[in-house]
Amino acid sequence: MNVVVCVKQIPDPADPGALDPNTKTLKRDGKLILDESDSYGVEMALQLVTAAGGGEVTLVSMAPNGEVSGLRTALAMGAAKAILVSDEALAGSDALGTAKVLAKAIERVEAADLILTATESSDGYTGTVPEQIAGLLDLPSVTFAKQIEIDGSTVKVQRQTDAGFDEVECPLPAVVSVTAGVVEPRYPSFKGIMAAKSKPVDTLTVADLGLDASAVGWAGAGQQIVAIEEAPAREAGEVIEDDGAAFEKIVAYLDNLKVL
Amino acid sequence: MALSKIWVLAEASDGKVTTTTLELLTKARELAGTVEAVYAGGDADAVAGQLGEYGATKVLTTGDLGGALPGVPVAGAIAAAVEGGDAPDAILAATSYTGRDVAGRLSVKLDRTVLTNNVDLEVDGDSLVTTEPVFGGTTNVKTTFTAGGPHIVLIRPKSFAAEPAGGGAAAVETIAVPDAGKSGGAVVTNRHVEEREGPSLDDAAIVVAGGRGLGESDKYAMVEDLAKLLKGAPGASRAIVDAGWVPYSYQVGQTGKVVKPTVYIAAGISGATQHMVGMKGSKNIIAINKDAEAPIFSISDLGIVGDVHKVLPQLIEALKAR
Repeated sequence: MNVVVCVKQIPDPADPGALDPNTKTLKRDGKLILDESDSYGVEMALQLVTAAGGGEVTLVSMAPNGEVSGLRTALAMGAAKAILVSDEALAGSDALGTAKVLAKAIERVEAADLILTATESSDGYTGTVPEQIAGLLDLPSVTFAKQIEIDGSTVKVQRQTDAGFDEVECPLPAVVSVTAGVVEPRYPSFKGIMAAKSKPVDTLTVADLGLDASAVGWAGAGQQIVAIEEAPAREAGEVIEDDGAAFEKIVAYLDNLKVL
Repeated sequence: MALSKIWVLAEASDGKVTTTTLELLTKARELAGTVEAVYAGGDADAVAGQLGEYGATKVLTTGDLGGALPGVPVAGAIAAAVEGGDAPDAILAATSYTGRDVAGRLSVKLDRTVLTNNVDLEVDGDSLVTTEPVFGGTTNVKTTFTAGGPHIVLIRPKSFAAEPAGGGAAAVETIAVPDAGKSGGAVVTNRHVEEREGPSLDDAAIVVAGGRGLGESDKYAMVEDLAKLLKGAPGASRAIVDAGWVPYSYQVGQTGKVVKPTVYIAAGISGATQHMVGMKGSKNIIAINKDAEAPIFSISDLGIVGDVHKVLPQLIEALKAR
């Protein structure tokens, strides 16, 4: 059972985000970390490989500046190796351009049975890349998985829906996107962290993938940001300290709205 | 200048068209001369009336998909129709499970970008301009397409008001679903519906949502009790959904539901940008949090700096006593 996990290295969500005034895109020049949303896919992949009794987990990532710290985190969790596509030509890529790069990188992983992604990244959150990767690789796909089980050459997925969940069956190889919170991502052990330092990270350029630079980055993006505006702010209302009777204030407020 | 034609990806459950679909049809009418719906389901005749009332002149239907997940077959059918010469200027879908799957597949089929998470759309000269809120809704990013159409746009629910146009039933036309081979192999074998009492998060006039400030999962019962007393719906922040206290269907925020109730009560929610973007459109916001610096107080109409474990039980008792 060989599983590929697409992971993204993003600016720390704990730091306030900022847009570059020139390019009008999210600033990604500082330290990048493993997107927490991807840690669930990494954990799921490790569990599936263990359950299958063999195989390995390969990470695939794209970053503008050769960043590997987020990949090291996932390698320390137990992934065997990583492919990082890093190229200045990638700056400004839209979701489809990103999917084109990731799909080409995934094609280099031999005998991949399953490709896992998050449902969306925590910085760009377009949520379309998993389906785009599947489309480019001409593979079947299941999105919003909360549970995954391998049964021979079929993947059985519990897929979230508005009403509850669906049981979905899909032939392998397939692309499956994993929702956050469905497994408990392991903390890397000290041994894992040490081992991760020597695990192979294959760093590639756009040309290495056989992709035309005009298909990715600013050149390939089918979109252009035309304006950034401050949204109308919502005024803060009354804030009171609870003196033991604040609930009465809430009752009065609701009464006033005639919703009781 | 208006667009010539827009297709709206219509969704329905139990023969009832979703409110978001009606919102998209309403907006599409404003932007284009012709509005048509694309619908995957065996009951196109049943929904044609509602779709027509909100402005669709035609329903292009794939027919019943036989349990296949909609992404591959619906995108395949749309792409074939576009390549057959019937191309609209834009294709609108909701930021929903189906909308995202179809849009992603379609973008590859047509080699066109998708603009996602939008809350507004306008036509500026010949260009379609989308508005996406970022940083918890404090900043709006406006984007336009640089390549030719059809432009694919995903819109967040509750971005527009749904208003009927009073049209007659839309004409039903079948569009062919090309054979996708193995790539269309994902099939639903069983559906599970989680029983929920009371109004849904989407429709409730009052939403009571809980967050990490509740401390532990069994304290969420207070949120449910209060929601029930107010005939509202219980909701949750991403933090407690990820922690497994409540199902994902309870989540309000960027990655969950967008709600705009008359009253939103945030209990033990600090107000991460992730959460605020899903509820800041509420008419009245009441927040209870022990941290006076919590960002939620910057958008609340009534803020209580206090312990949810004290305030909620008192509030529940007071409401029960009425």
